[in-house]
Amino acid sequence: MALHFELVTPEKLVRSEDVHMVVVPGSEGEFGVLEGHAPFMSTIRDGAVQVYAKEGAEPETIEVRGGFAEVGDAGLTVLAEHVEA
Amino acid sequence: MASLKELKGRINSVKSTQKITKAKQMVAAAKLRRAQAAAESARPYAERLAAVMASLAAKVGKSDSAPKLLAGTGSNQKHLLVVVNTDKGLCGGLNSNIVKEAKLQAKKLIAEGKDVQFYLIGKKGRAPIKRDYASKIAKHFDTSTVKTPGFEEADSVANELIGMFEAGEFDVAHLIYPTFKSALAQDPTTVQLIPVPSPEDAAGGDAVVEYEPGEEEILEELLPRYVKTQIFGALLEREASEQGASMTAMDNATRNAGDLINKLTIQYNRSRQAAITTELIEIIAGAEAL
Repeated sequence: MALHFELVTPEKLVRSEDVHMVVVPGSEGEFGVLEGHAPFMSTIRDGAVQVYAKEGAEPETIEVRGGFAEVGDAGLTVLAEHVEA
Repeated sequence: MASLKELKGRINSVKSTQKITKAKQMVAAAKLRRAQAAAESARPYAERLAAVMASLAAKVGKSDSAPKLLAGTGSNQKHLLVVVNTDKGLCGGLNSNIVKEAKLQAKKLIAEGKDVQFYLIGKKGRAPIKRDYASKIAKHFDTSTVKTPGFEEADSVANELIGMFEAGEFDVAHLIYPTFKSALAQDPTTVQLIPVPSPEDAAGGDAVVEYEPGEEEILEELLPRYVKTQIFGALLEREASEQGASMTAMDNATRNAGDLINKLTIQYNRSRQAAITTELIEIIAGAEAL
């Protein structure tokens, strides 16, 4: 039921948790990732990643800069060059 | 035989040296822990990036459209050695080991008839490499102005290198840096940096992955990032190695100072005893003469 979400920067592993949905600012448009998403890879533009911990919950936004997102069997991994806390 | 006063002076000076080396050792031990933690927390990013790179490179492969950073310039004549040294000394044989490795690589390449240039990161590599290859140093990058080199430094180094690569100043770049094994062992390592070596294990060819915008575009964006990560990793390894080597070197120095103090103290006590004995003999001899 939960999507495993990881946010990684060169300095450290920022997030590693199970969430409901994540909306990622892809370079060709935002996309939301739920559990069981097909394998997908995209570069991201500077913007906010929105993390929905629970269904219908208020999203938590994390500003990221430069990087890309990968959706695989293990869940969603966002590799960002810089994350604004 | 040194006089008592001289001996005392020497003991005191060795003692204060020991205090300094001990302090430096403790500082290095504390910094080592932090540097090791930093190196460890950088690992997930590098691992994931390498995994993504592997699957992408396997797909795009050696097709003609593969980016230059992956496929190379086609020639193999001009080599660049990126040597990562520390900025500060007092870390034992660390820097000389790195320089030795760099010179070994350079000698090998020159023997093969290649052109070799150096790109130096860190202060301590400059002098020894300049001695042998003064004309071959292309550039050096100063990391001594910042306290702990971070991703920004890696970023600017990588940008400069990629710029040089695109300008055709070199065909192949190798990165030479110390890998941190333990506080006792830091091995100089050489890895190929540019062109990015194609990963061996072409895993994950089965899953159908959708790419946005496209495989090649992503790869093109990924490769500079990969180079950056490699340099960043090398900087972190250097930091940990420096502190580790410094800790070991200072530990040895502290112990040597302790040995020296013991030896000098024995000598001091002996001379004192000898002086007392002489005085006694003089007094007794004087008394007997009466």
